[in-house]
Amino acid sequence: MTARVRILYFASVREKVGRDAEEIELPDGVGTLAALRAHLAGRGGAWAEALAGERALRAAVNQEMAAPTAAVRPGDEVAFFPPVTGG
Amino acid sequence: MKILVQREDFDPGAEITALARDAAVGAVASFVGLVRDENDGAHVGAMTLEHYPGMTEKAIGAIVEEAKRRWEVRGCTVIHRVGQLKPGDRIVLVAVASGHRHDAFAACEFIMDYLKTRAPFWKKEQTAEGERWVEARASDDVAAARWQEAARKAG
Repeated sequence: MTARVRILYFASVREKVGRDAEEIELPDGVGTLAALRAHLAGRGGAWAEALAGERALRAAVNQEMAAPTAAVRPGDEVAFFPPVTGG
Repeated sequence: MKILVQREDFDPGAEITALARDAAVGAVASFVGLVRDENDGAHVGAMTLEHYPGMTEKAIGAIVEEAKRRWEVRGCTVIHRVGQLKPGDRIVLVAVASGHRHDAFAACEFIMDYLKTRAPFWKKEQTAEGERWVEARASDDVAAARWQEAARKAG
């Protein structure tokens, strides 16, 4: 099991942060979606703008919609995206 | 159950005919969503649909399974297009085959309402003023939530 998590970005979030995917080491103390989002927003600039707490974002862990309190573990695939608009 | 996410167009008539081959099917209800040429006061020249490959199919599959728990569903086809689409183009097909119309109508509307709020698709419109991401509508959340209300009442 890798200690890394794969993070995907979609739609307006992808455009704002300028990438569609990355792999990072899960920092100590980052064990939930909310904590990971705050960690990424802490990069500042476009990251803060795209992932700041007041923005209505959705997230998934291992391809299932997940709440901010959901656990994130090494090896997980996490995704951040705006509310969906299909159909 | 047939779930497809594809760039190509689809033939609603052929899909409905295929669902009707089961002799126990007495009703097929279907919904076809199309690209409109106007949204929020702007002319829409084209639209691009992005999705989350892998999760999209799983999310739609989970919605269809939930529909099967609630109603008698003998067959179901969901096709959602991605990529660039023009006004008048078909975006989505939901077709449900049941023994009787009530189950087919209800399951079809349920799947569509849940797809709108749970399946990871995003629309970007090209208008005369430039490109813009379509904003999620609160009315779609309300439409999906009323099925939870209905389930609670049914107990």
